[in-house]
Amino acid sequence: MLQYFLKRVLYAIPIALGVSLVCFALVHVAPGDPLASVLPPDASLEMQQLMRTIYGFDRPLPVQFALWLWRAFVGDLGVSIATGRPVAGEVWHAFGNTFMLAALAAAFGFLVGGLLGLLAGYYRGGWIDRTASTLSIAGISVPHYWLGMVMAIVFSVQLNWLPATGAGPGGSAAWSWDWEHVRFLILPALTMSAIPLGIVARSMRALVGDILSQEFVEALRAKGLSERGIFAHILKNAAPTALAVMGLQLGYLLGGSILIETVFAWPGTGFLLGNAILQRDLPLLQGTILVLAMFFVILNLLVDVAQTWLDPRIKRA
Amino acid sequence: MTEIPGTIAGATIEGPAGPARGYWSNVLRRLRRDRVAVVCIVILALILLAAIFAPLVAPGDPFRTSMLRRLRPIGTPGFPLGTDELGRDMLTRLVFGGRLSLFTGIVPVINAFVIGTFLGVFAGFSGGRTNMAIMRTIDVFYAFPSVLLAIAISGALGAGIFNSIVSLTIVFVPPIARVAESVTTQVRNLDFVDAARASGAGAFTIIRVHILGNVLGPVFVYATGLVSVSMILASGLSFLGLGTKPPEAEWGLMLNTLRTAIYAQPVVAALPGAMIFTVSICFNLFSDGLRSAMDVKL
Repeated sequence: MLQYFLKRVLYAIPIALGVSLVCFALVHVAPGDPLASVLPPDASLEMQQLMRTIYGFDRPLPVQFALWLWRAFVGDLGVSIATGRPVAGEVWHAFGNTFMLAALAAAFGFLVGGLLGLLAGYYRGGWIDRTASTLSIAGISVPHYWLGMVMAIVFSVQLNWLPATGAGPGGSAAWSWDWEHVRFLILPALTMSAIPLGIVARSMRALVGDILSQEFVEALRAKGLSERGIFAHILKNAAPTALAVMGLQLGYLLGGSILIETVFAWPGTGFLLGNAILQRDLPLLQGTILVLAMFFVILNLLVDVAQTWLDPRIKRA
Repeated sequence: MTEIPGTIAGATIEGPAGPARGYWSNVLRRLRRDRVAVVCIVILALILLAAIFAPLVAPGDPFRTSMLRRLRPIGTPGFPLGTDELGRDMLTRLVFGGRLSLFTGIVPVINAFVIGTFLGVFAGFSGGRTNMAIMRTIDVFYAFPSVLLAIAISGALGAGIFNSIVSLTIVFVPPIARVAESVTTQVRNLDFVDAARASGAGAFTIIRVHILGNVLGPVFVYATGLVSVSMILASGLSFLGLGTKPPEAEWGLMLNTLRTAIYAQPVVAALPGAMIFTVSICFNLFSDGLRSAMDVKL
C-alpha cells in the first residue's frame, strides 16, 4: 500500500508541474506584453523598466518559469492589478467561501443522487427508475447558470422566500452559521447540486445494475440471504467506484463554480475569476486558476489512494 | 472479451433470416424504433433549420431596438414572445441566436473530434515512447476541471467567438484522444491486424481500414455526448462576457443581458436558457439512443 501510495504521488508530480506550466503560459499566450498585465496602462517608462527587472521579464522563459514556480511554491502569487493586494490572500479567502458552497452542494447532491441511483438500479424499470433517469438526464443537461436564474425567479422574485444574491449582512467577512447568513447559501448550493445529483444517480444506477447481474448475488439469494443483506452487499461493492465518482464531482464543483457564483454574486473563487476576467487582471486570473487546478490534482490523488485502500484489487502495476 | 463495435461487430442477425443487413442499416433501424431519439432528432432539426434560414423564418429584425416597447410580456401583439431590455423582438432574437449558439457549441466538438482522433490513433498505434509523450501531455490538460480550463484559456486570450472556439477545442481534445487511444490499443493487438500486416499491408492501410473502422464509431458516439456540454460551456462563456459580444444575438449573452429583467419579466428573461436546455437535453438523449443503437460501451 505504501509503495502504491508513493508511486501514485510520484506520478502526480509531473502532472502538477505540467499544470503549473499551463498556468504560467496563460499570461504569455495573452495578447500583448505580459508586463501590461502587471502595470496600469499609463505607467512611466522607468516604472516599466523597473517592473520588467523585478518580475524578471527580461530573463529567458525557462528561468522565468522556475522563478515563478518557486514564488508560487512559497505562497507568493503576485499582486492583483485591480486591488493592489497580494493574490494569495484574496484566493485563500475566496476559496473558503467556495469550499463552503461546494461542500453543501456536494453533500446534498451525493446523498439524493446516490439514494436515487441505488433505488433506481435495484428496482430497475419501476417508477423510481423512471424518475431517477429523468432527473439525472435533466441534471446533466441543464445549463446551471440558467437553473440559478430560474431558482432566483421562483424563490426570490415570486415567492420571496430566500435572497437571490450576496453572502448576507456584512458581506463575506462577517460570515457566521446563523439563519441570517445561511439562507444566502441555500439557493446557490441547491443549484450547484443539480449536476452532481444527475451524474451520481446515473453512475450509481449503472453500477448497481452491473453488480446485480454478477453471479455472487444469485449465490447469496440461493443460500437464503434476506434482501436487506443483499442490499448491504451491493452497497459494499459499489462503494469504491461511487467514491471515485463523488471525489471527481467535488473537484468539478470547486473548479466550475464560476458561473453559479456569478449568478448569485457569491464571494468565492468563481466570483474572483469573473472579476479578474472583466478587469483583465491576469495575475489574479493566473493565481486563482493555479490554486484551483492544484487542488483538483491533489483531490484526484487522494481519491485514487482512497479507492485503492477500499478495494486493493484496483491496484495497478 | 469485450466486443468492439464497428466493422468487426458486423451484421448481427436477428430472427429468421431475410436478406442480410449491413451494420449501419441495422443501427438506423434500431434508432428509428427509439421514440425518444426520433423526437429529439426532429426537435434538433427544427431548431437547426430555423437557425440556418433565420432571415426567412424570423418575423422581424434582431437588432431593431425601441425604447418605447422594452420588456413586453409574452403574447404582446406583434411580439409573440415579448421584447428584451432594449425593445428587440425576442422570437426573432431566439431564432437568430440559434446560429451563433449552435455554431460555437458544435464546432469545438468537430474540431476536437478530428484532432483528438488523430492524436489518439497516432499514440495508440505508435505505442512506446510516442504514446507516453502524447498521453502524458494530454493527462496534464485532463487534470483541469473542464469549466476551469475553458475559462482560463478564454480569459487569457480575451473575449471573442474565435477565442471561445479555440479554448473549447482544447478542452475537448483530451477526453476524445483518450477514448481513441484506448480503442486503438485494444484493436492493434487483435489477430486481424497481424493478418493484414502479414499479408503486406502498410501502416497507413492498416490504420485507414482496420483501426479507423473500429475507432470512429465509439469516438463518434462519445463526441455526440460532448455536444451538450459544449453548448452549455460556449453559452456560459458568452454569459460571462467571454464569447460573443453585444449586440450579437446569442443565447448565453441574451441570458446575461436579461439577468436584471428577472423582476420585470421573469418568463421572458428565462427564455434563452430554456433554448440552451432544450438543445442540450436533446443532444444527450440522442447520444444515449445512438449509443445503444450502435451497441457501444465506453
